[in-house]
Amino acid sequence: MMAAVDNYKKSRPPPAASAGVIGWCRQNLFSSFSNTILTLVSFYLLALAIPAFLDWAFFSSQISGNTRFDCKVEGACWAWVDQRFGQFLFGFYPEGERWRVILAFVLLFPALIPWVTQDLPGQRYLRWFSVAYPAIATILLAGGLGLREVPTDKFGGFMLNLIVGLSGIVLSLPVGILLALGRQSKLPLIRWLSIGFIEAIRGVPLITLLFVSNILLPIFLPPDMTLDSIIRVIIMVTAFASAYMAEVIRGGLQAIPSGQIEAAHAMGLNYWKSMRLIVLPQALRISIPGIVNTFIGLFKDTTLVIVIGLFDILGIANAMVSNPDWLGLSTETYVFVAVFFFAVCFSMSRYSMWLERRLGKQRH
Amino acid sequence: MDNSKLNNSDNHLRVIEIEGLNKWFGSFHVLRDVSLSVEQGEKIVICGPSGSGKSTLIRCINFLEEHQEGQIVVDGIELTGDLKNIDAVRREVGMVFQSFNLFPHLSVLENCTLAPIWVRKTPQAEAEKLAMEYLDRVKIPEQAHKYPGQLSGGQQQRVAIARSLCMKPKIMLFDEPTSALDPEMIKEVLDVMVDLADSGMTMLVVTHEMGFASQVADQIIFMDEGQIVEQNTPSEFFDNPQSDRTKLFLSQILSH
Repeated sequence: MMAAVDNYKKSRPPPAASAGVIGWCRQNLFSSFSNTILTLVSFYLLALAIPAFLDWAFFSSQISGNTRFDCKVEGACWAWVDQRFGQFLFGFYPEGERWRVILAFVLLFPALIPWVTQDLPGQRYLRWFSVAYPAIATILLAGGLGLREVPTDKFGGFMLNLIVGLSGIVLSLPVGILLALGRQSKLPLIRWLSIGFIEAIRGVPLITLLFVSNILLPIFLPPDMTLDSIIRVIIMVTAFASAYMAEVIRGGLQAIPSGQIEAAHAMGLNYWKSMRLIVLPQALRISIPGIVNTFIGLFKDTTLVIVIGLFDILGIANAMVSNPDWLGLSTETYVFVAVFFFAVCFSMSRYSMWLERRLGKQRH
Repeated sequence: MDNSKLNNSDNHLRVIEIEGLNKWFGSFHVLRDVSLSVEQGEKIVICGPSGSGKSTLIRCINFLEEHQEGQIVVDGIELTGDLKNIDAVRREVGMVFQSFNLFPHLSVLENCTLAPIWVRKTPQAEAEKLAMEYLDRVKIPEQAHKYPGQLSGGQQQRVAIARSLCMKPKIMLFDEPTSALDPEMIKEVLDVMVDLADSGMTMLVVTHEMGFASQVADQIIFMDEGQIVEQNTPSEFFDNPQSDRTKLFLSQILSH
């Protein structure tokens, strides 16, 4: 029999082979024969692709010229960027007024700060600014208060994607939350209405909804009431995204143990307070990957506005590719557009990872 | 002896009055004609085999479960479907659950101040002071800024008790408060409950801790198949059980 332990063993650092760069490589890249093969094949493919792309995009490319006939190089011809950059960003927004769009874009960042950090001085004012931002941006973009009015059919380019995408993102989250709660409601009427809305919207392609908003909606509305086409798009995109959002959030709601709601009720919190203070903070945290996934999908779907005659960045690109001056430059054009979408979508994805980490830290 | 104790209390107010309570889960008749009255300051321990309806009974008292027949009056307020009455009763009745049900996204202190701030409209500073008093009373003031996930089971259950007490309830319900705990932690929770009982709180406790029952209870209720089979003082209940079912139950839980 073993004697009782007098001294507990001290904890030691792990063996050197499992730490450091070499340890990492050994564990992750060369841990077995098949892993080693995979690593080598991957490196080989990357070695083929990356230099070739860099050569095409930068080293053998050309950046000056007036038409495609000036393009003399093997690689990419970026000569059109100089001429068309403004259009890609602003569509047909009058050139003299474009500073307003830039200002609205710059002001977006302080408006986003309250969502990114919580420990800045003047946080309260920023929060108010964040709430007021949609009104400020609307006035800057469309005019009013002494600013010249710009009709919304002049809106276009990447600015249009951002307007529709951000409005859809900001609106679809609260609408999605209400639909998700409605779908779980004990009141049959609210439950049926929520289910009906979600299933009807989800069962139809967004492109159809956009057509409906363009052709059918004016028939239902009173004849003297016209709804701006961008507002119609925002309504439809929001409706579409919020139906998906509702299902993502419902998944999160179902993951919250019923004991949480019981405890909240037992303490005297009513339904809305229990949801707001106890259930939703936990359910939304679980749903972050799905929510951001829906946001990213929504943002890319903004390119569909082309079907109702609005020219977003992709619409402008399509128009340029079929322009005789620049015929045949479709690769360059679409790569250029892809960079814009990638920048926004990748940022959203990083933001979601950061948010998950931060909320996770709070908990442990 | 227990009767004399009750008579000596200032006025024996009936704080809970249950009359002819019936409840079904689907077609399963879970509570059958249960009647029970509880006086202020009384401690009642409810025991019985699983599925006997003891948890359901105390969950009816704060309307976590809706009853179909019978009458429940808590602190003079009858529980019907009326939301106002339900909220009023819940403000006066605290509950401690088997699985603690602390809010994992809030710190211990925030768990305790949430209901006072949002239900009682207590100013935050005052609510925090109150919370620290109760955390002190359950002997974990030093954990106030941790999150529930960082605490042991026993500590979590003590936080849950403090959280309920922060609403200054008149009645406390305990639904198997020690059943999910490691043996080493049961005592620390029972100590807090004994302390609470000594302070004169009205308590209904569903538990199998017979040591606690004999030490604290004024009445022990034994339930089986949705009915109150036997109700007696601890000494009578343990030494002179009346029904065969009670004898069998006692022989099984006391044999270890």
